[in-house]
Amino acid sequence: MKGNAIDLRGVSAAYGSGRGQRRVLEAIDLEVGRGEMVGLLGANGSGKTTLLGVMAGTIRPTAGRVELFGRPMQAWSRKEVARSVAVLPQSLELPAGFRVSEVVAMGRTPHAASWFGWEAADHRAVADALRDADAESLADRPVSELSGGERQRVLVALALAQEPSVLLLDEPTTHLDVAHAAWLLTSVSRLRQARGITVVMVLHDLVLASMWTPRVVILHAGGIVADGAPDDALRPEVVQRAYGVSVETVVTEEGRRVVVPHVPAGTGVGRGP
Amino acid sequence: MGSRRLPARSTRIGSAEPMSATTAARRVAFGPSLGRSAVVIGIGVGMLLAVAVASMLAGTSRIGVGDAVGIVVHRVTGFGPVTWSPAAETIVWELRLPRVVAGMVVGAGLATAGAVFQALLRNPLADPYLIGPAAGASLGAVIALLLPVATVGLLGIGLVQVLAFAGGLLAVIVVLAIARGHAGTPVVTLLLAGYAISSLLSAGVALLIFNSGERLGAVISWLLGSLAGASWPRVGFAAPLIVITFSLLLLRWRSLNALLLGESQAAHVGIDVEREKRILVGLAALSTSAGVAISGTIGFVGLVVPHLVRLAIGPDHRLLLPASMLFGAGLLGLADLGARLAGGIPVGVVTALIGAPFFLWLLRRSVVGTRSSR
Repeated sequence: MKGNAIDLRGVSAAYGSGRGQRRVLEAIDLEVGRGEMVGLLGANGSGKTTLLGVMAGTIRPTAGRVELFGRPMQAWSRKEVARSVAVLPQSLELPAGFRVSEVVAMGRTPHAASWFGWEAADHRAVADALRDADAESLADRPVSELSGGERQRVLVALALAQEPSVLLLDEPTTHLDVAHAAWLLTSVSRLRQARGITVVMVLHDLVLASMWTPRVVILHAGGIVADGAPDDALRPEVVQRAYGVSVETVVTEEGRRVVVPHVPAGTGVGRGP
Repeated sequence: MGSRRLPARSTRIGSAEPMSATTAARRVAFGPSLGRSAVVIGIGVGMLLAVAVASMLAGTSRIGVGDAVGIVVHRVTGFGPVTWSPAAETIVWELRLPRVVAGMVVGAGLATAGAVFQALLRNPLADPYLIGPAAGASLGAVIALLLPVATVGLLGIGLVQVLAFAGGLLAVIVVLAIARGHAGTPVVTLLLAGYAISSLLSAGVALLIFNSGERLGAVISWLLGSLAGASWPRVGFAAPLIVITFSLLLLRWRSLNALLLGESQAAHVGIDVEREKRILVGLAALSTSAGVAISGTIGFVGLVVPHLVRLAIGPDHRLLLPASMLFGAGLLGLADLGARLAGGIPVGVVTALIGAPFFLWLLRRSVVGTRSSR
């Protein structure tokens, strides 16, 4: 395999057809190098999830070219894509009645080598995935008995069982409290280093994005309005344009700049004396 | 919602310890164990044998176990001394055995198809009749029954069976064609199209019933679902179709399991969802139509059996499909034995009488269960 992990050239996407068509992405150019970790930001409805779907090969663009490791997406079969790209969806109802290890084993579907059983490689991959997602202790638990944080660990393990080169995450921290969110982003960062995985994740939290992702891409109305290191890309005027909210920049003790929403005057939310 | 606790090893956040150093790779168990599978399959096979033997013995003519087994062994292998009357042989071999085997074949086909539909629709209360095969088969059969020509059988297969089979398949093909849009075949559209086509075909059936005159009895008897006309040729027609579709479906267990994650995640783990849906619906429709063709529309087996089996052994299709097949066969065989002993009422009435209240109980249970878990 050669080339960038993901290459998008002039990609447009839309839902529906004919007169009722709603355009979601407009002429997106984006390169994601191997081993990069990219945060995809933007307001609700700006096209982030659609862009992730295009990268996963499940949404076919209406125009433009999509390449995965230098090979056009159309040339990949669904199974081939799934051997290279894993997706952690925004929400997923885990099928009742299965144990955690059984659901994680479903990540081996694209690798299945025999008609009926699992190979040693499958057992190893599931064990590694459970370990790396910190879900070993959950292996024998019924999926219906998991808490929100535990479910997210299982979903990470399911994705890792695919042994992907690219991991796409859609708002992985949305339903998590701050500790679980930090755990998840730290884990993903480590996996990226340990396994050499390319990571693209949709994030809503600008603070988490500026802390954890070395590169952010900001979408607005289906186009890219900023692309770069968080310190450069997350400028107040860009954020204001992308989200329609005024923000202020705060510098952390470690010297990182993060943006937080600006509280308008007269809201009764004041700084203390 | 349970209390939010930190993950057990959250203390590792920020530490420099490499992730791979935590544990040595160990073998993680997943999927149904061999022992458990053997027990489930063993019970299923045992039930089939018991029902088969009981069905050969039960009836107005008294035939002993030894004779019944002897007749079957003699007929199948050609060995053994003949200690029974020719009448007993006719009763066991030409009447009772084909009937119980037909019941088992139909039950196997319906339960297998039911398990597949429940996975496809991600709804444990789905039924193979939902997308039209029953209504299509009914119209085909009723047309054949009312044709003014004598229904000449070819190799013992009547026009009724042929038209019922074709009608069932045709209805599903039409439903699939209607429900297919540019973005694939949404399951909801499939259900709605199935409902509309079924209604249309049922209207056709009703119209024919209204004009059926003296053949009304035959029409009603077919519609109620009955195994009374079972014969070896009919078994020979349906059994290969049902065995082959079952085998092909069992080989797709990974797809069926992955589809339980939902269509979009199934695609993410490598399933070509649209193609797989068409294949699975097609195979399930084939299995259902083959069964319905030789028995009429027998209700609730396709719905209740896979649901019950799933409750007992879990949703993994590697075991769920064979177990549904075996218990569907056993239960319909048993229901038909009951129907025969109850004075020859149609077996469809028996399955509905037992199945409908049972279905309501499941429905009630799921409603109450949902409320208390939220």
